[in-house]
Amino acid sequence: MEKIYPVPESQCRLIKSRAETVRFLLDYSKALHIREFKGMTIENSLN
Amino acid sequence: MYTTIDDATLIRSYISGDEKAIEKLIEKHNQRLSSYIYSKVKDMSVTEDIFQDTFIKVISTFKRGTYNEEGKFLPWVMRIAHNLIIDHFRRNKRMPKYQGNKEFNIFSVLTDDKLNAERQLIKDQIDQDLEVLIEQLPKDQLEVLRMRIYQNMSFNEIAENTEVSINTALGRMRYALINLRKLIEKNQIVLTN
Repeated sequence: MEKIYPVPESQCRLIKSRAETVRFLLDYSKALHIREFKGMTIENSLN
Repeated sequence: MYTTIDDATLIRSYISGDEKAIEKLIEKHNQRLSSYIYSKVKDMSVTEDIFQDTFIKVISTFKRGTYNEEGKFLPWVMRIAHNLIIDHFRRNKRMPKYQGNKEFNIFSVLTDDKLNAERQLIKDQIDQDLEVLIEQLPKDQLEVLRMRIYQNMSFNEIAENTEVSINTALGRMRYALINLRKLIEKNQIVLTN
């Protein structure tokens, strides 16, 4: 009788986001300024 | 080097203004978070987008001063990513996305009715050639052919307009086509697209 073997699942792939994505986040972090003004939260992105 | 500093220290440094700390924090968790996202979405560009959106939320929370230090950073950031992955699948469910593969290409079933630039040029040339040939037909045949082909009139309407019987109109059309074929052969014009 034919044996049925399960198809082995591919192993978890280890990946990293690209340097460009990280660079964007660092630039975003530097540009983002959040201030409280009269009870309001104001977000500024300064380039 | 990055792994030696714990998350809480990096977060405190970042909140107190050290921009380098967020770089270390991103680098420290990049592989784990990206791999987690990729294991769910199976698409590298979507992974990058979700990774980016996750850290935008992280940065925004830190800058707002609303980060709760009691919780651990990694489970919190994984939860953000997880919610964004769910949002991604919800969006795609509403707007299904089809991706081609070796067996099936969506463009093989989707067609564009418009001619491409080359075929349009050929068609324009054929129309021009045909116009020149039609002008050489006898006036009565030319009249019937124009009414039938360009004005889409029925033979009844053509007969009424030209004040002839329907059989005469049909006969003129027949001769117009015969003569047109002769002119095409005589001038050796290729009228195929």
